[in-house]
Amino acid sequence: MNGALLTVKNLKVVFHTYRGTVHALDHVNFTVLKNERFGIIGETGCGKSVTSLAIMRLIEQPGEIVEGEIIFDGKDLVKTQENALNTIRGREISMIFQEPLSSLNPVMKVGFQIGESIARIKNTSIKACKNDIAEVLRAVDLDPDRVANLYPHELSGGMAQRIMIAMALSSKPKLLIADEPTSALDVTIQAQIMNLLDDLVSKMNNTVILITHDLGVAAQFCDKIMIMYAGTAVEQAKTEELFANPLHPYTKGLLKAIPRVGNRDRLTGIPGSVPDLVNPPSGCRFHPRCPNAMKICSSQKPALMEINPGHLVACHLYGDENG
Amino acid sequence: MKMDEILIEIQNLKKYFPLKRGIFSKGLYVHAVDDVSIQIPPRRIFSIVGESGSGKTTFGRTILRLIEPTSGKIIYKGRNIMNLNQKEMMTFRKKMQIVFQDPYNSLHPRRLVKDIIGEGLSIHEKISSGQILERVKEILKKVGLNEDHMFRYPHEFSGGQRQRIAMARALILNPEFIVLDEPTSALDVSVQATIVDLLIELKNTFSLTYLFITHNLAVVDYISDFVAVMYLGQIVEMGSKDDIFNSPSHPYTYALLSAIPDPDPKKKRSRTIPRGEIPSAVNPPEGCRFHPRCPYAKEICKRSEPEIVEVSKGHLVKCHFPLR
Ligand SMILES: Nc1ncnc2c1ncn2[C@@H]1O[C@H](COP(=O)(O)OP(=O)(O)OP(=O)(O)O)[C@@H](O)[C@H]1O
Ligand SMILES: Nc1ncnc2c1ncn2[C@@H]1O[C@H](COP(=O)(O)OP(=O)(O)OP(=O)(O)O)[C@@H](O)[C@H]1O
Ligand code: SF4
Ligand code: SF4
Ligand SMILES: [Mg+2]
Ligand SMILES: [Mg+2]
Repeated sequence: MNGALLTVKNLKVVFHTYRGTVHALDHVNFTVLKNERFGIIGETGCGKSVTSLAIMRLIEQPGEIVEGEIIFDGKDLVKTQENALNTIRGREISMIFQEPLSSLNPVMKVGFQIGESIARIKNTSIKACKNDIAEVLRAVDLDPDRVANLYPHELSGGMAQRIMIAMALSSKPKLLIADEPTSALDVTIQAQIMNLLDDLVSKMNNTVILITHDLGVAAQFCDKIMIMYAGTAVEQAKTEELFANPLHPYTKGLLKAIPRVGNRDRLTGIPGSVPDLVNPPSGCRFHPRCPNAMKICSSQKPALMEINPGHLVACHLYGDENG
Repeated sequence: MKMDEILIEIQNLKKYFPLKRGIFSKGLYVHAVDDVSIQIPPRRIFSIVGESGSGKTTFGRTILRLIEPTSGKIIYKGRNIMNLNQKEMMTFRKKMQIVFQDPYNSLHPRRLVKDIIGEGLSIHEKISSGQILERVKEILKKVGLNEDHMFRYPHEFSGGQRQRIAMARALILNPEFIVLDEPTSALDVSVQATIVDLLIELKNTFSLTYLFITHNLAVVDYISDFVAVMYLGQIVEMGSKDDIFNSPSHPYTYALLSAIPDPDPKKKRSRTIPRGEIPSAVNPPEGCRFHPRCPYAKEICKRSEPEIVEVSKGHLVKCHFPLR
């Protein structure tokens, strides 16, 4: 059995806005094991990106981590000083975003930028990294002679994302966080990028957190999946278990709502819409939309509990109170 | 198909946009829609599917002459609407509506819902504001909203509700034909299913015909009667839903289908996905436009553009070597 690389405990993040306090994460708990591919799934605004930014300690004003621990490789990142964090970010934990171009400098050639990031990690000059740049580009199936001399705007979305992957993995990070890496891409390019990520991560044994709203992408890539709803973690299980035996009413609803090629059975959406996190529903945040809601659901937040080995769910249907 | 079984027919439609960027771009064109022909029978859902930039939106808008085509014919109920002047076009506009992808930008932010929905009526029909209000009330119910919603602004609604408002706006003029341009792509999955079902229900209630534009093949499989697959401005394969999903014959269709990640962890995804990326529509590849990415490409594919062949009744494929 692998040990834990990352344990997030009772993480609570808020944003202070003119509309009021956004309760973005409400006591989120999860553990990512070494070499695991951990998926975070949920609809827009449920807190996926905030979770990943919190792990990187990149929550900035008007946001704040108000409670919780983020234990990475034995250290609590919530208590870690900024200069120590700088040696962790990009080295031990790397990140890939949905919009790769936003993380590249528009006026510098791609090769130079890759060189810069390698040089920073290796503590050498960019010149000394020339071979590394070529190697890194080849690893993501790009031709170094051609691509190194391009500016970011000359890249297609797929090429830009390959470069982000190349840079993120160049430091051989213990943890790679990929936040919707293919959501902006076409389906054929998405498939190429996911295959590439799959190959590289298998080869390098990185631990990965993959954030996506696409259950198909998660089903194909992840070992374990956490489902989030409105700032809360509602269910966690091994991928096969989650799809075969979903327990939380929201997870069940989500699985019935996704159209699948080859399945023309009637779809059922979830009535209502995602709540505003300035005024989240009391108790279980899903209760206004839940077909199984009971009296207790609007007053008491259900705790995350292990129902079957490795299968955790936060729902009163499975509490001791109800047998 | 017999003539009276077709509501709208598009013949050899082309839309080339002049390239404006740069000093060397004179005389260069984006081949956004390049010789597309389709026929849509009444009360059916005809889907256009393709990756971004394949020309879906341009095609949809050109059909309604919201964008003027470069050439081609648009025949609505036997009449070529390309020759109509502004005024004659007005009567057709009522019959042909469009709903856009983005429910956040397509509704005027500072107008009340009743005015947004009623606008078309006040332009096209001479009726009192009281009558307009009655019609708005009626249509709101049909799209699953209620009259309380009339006096609110778009920002007070969720994405799914806004798409209901957009449908109400299109429906109030009693149209026959609606172009739906990615109507559910901006919505969350839990809401998407509800809106897709609403679209089907409205189609049945009002005897509508849809041109449904999307990049989501799973939604296409769920909703369509007929499907056309677009690649770089051209239709590469077209047929009934079963033709496309059960016996895809164009290598690109096959590739698209195998690239979709299956939301079932037990079915491992295919590793045979097309290499490379979609080329520019300014200089589309010679011969078959898919040849640089096609695993089956032969010499002839680089030189000669494939004809459209009928591989089975109504199942059309633009390929020298259709798959069986
Ligand atoms: N800088 C900010 N200021 C105020 N609120 C914020 C800020 N960043 C995030 N939020 C809020 O926190 C909540 C969670 O946002 P987050 O970006 O994590 O969602 P997400 O799950 O990543 O959604 P998406 O799928 O759209 O990327 C949302 O309600 C969002 O509005
Ligand atoms: N007004 C315009 N001027 C110049 N080029 C245009 C214009 N509108 C579209 N194009 C180009 O025409 C091609 C087809 O674009 P279109 O928007 O129709 O594609 P699409 O299939 O709808 O893509 P998406 O899935 O991204 O919506 C693209 O190459 C696009 O850049
Ligand atoms: S706790 Fe109650 S409202 Fe929440 S998901 Fe479970 S049954 Fe539904
Ligand atoms: S014509 Fe040739 S290149 Fe084009 S799709 Fe068919 S086999 Fe492939
Ligand atoms: Mg996000
Ligand atoms: Mg479009």
